[in-house]
Amino acid sequence: MMQSISGIPLNYYIYLSAAMFCIGALGVMIRRNAIILFMCIELMLNAVNLLMVAFSQYLGDNNAQVFVFFIMAVAAAEVAVGLAILIMIYRNANTSDTEVLNQLKW
Amino acid sequence: MSISQYVFWFLSFVALICALMVVFSKNPVYSVLYLILTFFAIAGHYVLLNAQFLAAVHIIVYAGAIMVLFLYVIMMLNLNKETEPVKKPTIKFISVIAIGMLMLTLTASFKGAETTLSAGSTAGIGTVEALGKALFNEFLLPFEVSSILFLSAMVGSVYLSKKNLQ
Repeated sequence: MMQSISGIPLNYYIYLSAAMFCIGALGVMIRRNAIILFMCIELMLNAVNLLMVAFSQYLGDNNAQVFVFFIMAVAAAEVAVGLAILIMIYRNANTSDTEVLNQLKW
Repeated sequence: MSISQYVFWFLSFVALICALMVVFSKNPVYSVLYLILTFFAIAGHYVLLNAQFLAAVHIIVYAGAIMVLFLYVIMMLNLNKETEPVKKPTIKFISVIAIGMLMLTLTASFKGAETTLSAGSTAGIGTVEALGKALFNEFLLPFEVSSILFLSAMVGSVYLSKKNLQ
């Protein structure tokens, strides 16, 4: 099993990221507030980022960390646009409950 | 156990507990505060992995920018009330079962996989100097394109939050 500089096996990072991703997915499924859904999506993105940094460090490859940088940039843009959409929806429907905002459902 | 392993367990514990509290706390403001704690724990993981540049960027972008946006929107929409609609228990039960299956599948598939990676030279990986060189040589075009992405995001969010959309 690979050991890092700090002596932590890579498997631990895989399990940690899997657990964090699953917590985020659970939040998306059981919560109804749209803002909490955004936060859970951020959690899932961060789990993937952590795994990518761990792999890049264990492989000795710099490029994965550049990808993580770009993922952070896209996440920031996504949150800005998403929260603007949320404010507009709240202004029109006066709620952020995803069970009420079901006009796009067939 | 070395000191870095203790740090790893502590940071993982903090990250997972705070992530669970993000999902299960009723008040959205508490969720945001726990999410900030989770992000700090992840930044600690980056420092532990020798990725100093990403640790700094993570703190600046997430704790500095994104979380302020979240808090601002929550305060503006006045969502900080304790009474929040909850999903039906059957849906919650089904979700927990489904996510448990996902977790089981992930861990089981990683258990069989032996992580025998060829150890590259880890010296200088993740430092500001190395990442800056990669970013401005190989990845210069994506870097510039991401500035257009930010510009369009800025224009889009300003346009969306205008009062009278025509």
